Amino acid sequence: MKPSRKSTFFLCSLAALVLLFAVMCVHARVRQAAEMAGIGRMAAMVREVGLTDLCLFTEASYTRNPSQTDLQTPFQEHPVSLEHFPSGSLMPPPEHQKDNHAAIH
Amino acid sequence: MLQSIERQRHLIDFTLSSLMRRKGKNFSVLFVYTLVVFLLASVMFFTSALRKEAHLVLTNAPEIIVQRSLSGRFSFIPVDYGKKLADIRGVVSVRERLWGYYYDPEFKANYTFMVPEKLPVEQGTIAIGAGISNTRHAYEGDILSFTSPDGVLRSYTVKSVLSEESQLVAADIILISTEDYRVLSGIPPGHATDLVLTVRNSKEIATIAEKIKKILPDSRPIIRDEIIRTYDAVFNWRSGIMIVILCVALLSFVIFAWDRATGLSAEEKGEIGILKAVGWETSDVLLMKFWEGAAISLTAFLAGVLLAYVHVFFTSSALFLPVLKGWSTLYPDFRLVPFIDVNQVITLFFLTVVPYTITTIVPAWRAATIDPDSVMR
Repeated sequence: MKPSRKSTFFLCSLAALVLLFAVMCVHARVRQAAEMAGIGRMAAMVREVGLTDLCLFTEASYTRNPSQTDLQTPFQEHPVSLEHFPSGSLMPPPEHQKDNHAAIH
Repeated sequence: MLQSIERQRHLIDFTLSSLMRRKGKNFSVLFVYTLVVFLLASVMFFTSALRKEAHLVLTNAPEIIVQRSLSGRFSFIPVDYGKKLADIRGVVSVRERLWGYYYDPEFKANYTFMVPEKLPVEQGTIAIGAGISNTRHAYEGDILSFTSPDGVLRSYTVKSVLSEESQLVAADIILISTEDYRVLSGIPPGHATDLVLTVRNSKEIATIAEKIKKILPDSRPIIRDEIIRTYDAVFNWRSGIMIVILCVALLSFVIFAWDRATGLSAEEKGEIGILKAVGWETSDVLLMKFWEGAAISLTAFLAGVLLAYVHVFFTSSALFLPVLKGWSTLYPDFRLVPFIDVNQVITLFFLTVVPYTITTIVPAWRAATIDPDSVMR
């Protein structure tokens, strides 16, 4: 029996990976379509309750509602005190806040 | 045609045999390479899906919110301010919004109390987010107690638990009636947390915000576009931890590229010399090196992207969770919708596969153009 060639194994593996990549793209499309109703319900709740932010970090007020916060809150009591919640490094201040800061100084 | 394919297959056979002779080194390169792509693609998928969902969900956020700022800090806004705001041309309605945070020392969790705009809540009852329900094991009909600023413990019956699917926006939310919240929060009568404005023409929002600032100098208007832009900016590649991860990944690639571009090992040079001596053309050597680079980088790219997809959309970014949770006791349990940005995937491909393949070919080309005798010495 003729031994299988390395190129056959490699090309088959590569084809399998490309096929999985295509399946991934199709799966993403299918899930997007399936989840749109859920996103619509969330958007309706945002309107009905009057919400402004995603609930991503609950440890500090300025990362829970970054769009509503001011520049002082992360530094709690005075401007040179340290901002100490880890999520502060994941969620930098929004651009419109930085603009205000530039205007103040 | 068939002959050409057969030639390429022979070259691939030879390349793979050559790679397997140094399997320890090549497998570790493949592993690290896959890991770097996995990390980059995970961050990319996660931020892109969050940005898209924020965009879709927050388009229904209030058009203009007016807060009051005293001594550079947030302050409750007098409800009377609403009359001045209602007089601005283009403003359809002004509504007070009551909301605030509550720290639960028993569970060490922060909740967000909110008086809903349209969902009526009966006095003495509350509706809680699924995150709170899971943390406190509180369900419909249970009684939850919170302490008001005067030290009195006030109890409310859980009327409903908000749906699990809404956790991305409402995991920590407690909906309460206006009367109950005024007592629980201690917000003085005639004041609100902020005011919400609806406008007739959305194109006028920015102009109205400017007018508000002139009429009420102690106010801070926040417009809907700014809310949405916040999430665009926060999960942008230039922001926060994203830039750190990107720098680490790029540095790894610089090391990769440096390792490849600074030259071949004596063994690899010897191999090229022997191939040239037995009659291989320079183009054959380059083609072999191309397949070598392509085999490693294509495999690493595809495997890394696929693993990242599973990580972000099937395991809810399990590896990022400790970082995302931070000090939070209450963390939303949400599964992101796979909104994949095709441009980002293409960029990732060109940033990873192309440089690696090129840096594999260049030193081989230098070795292949030298006299085989001197290469083998």
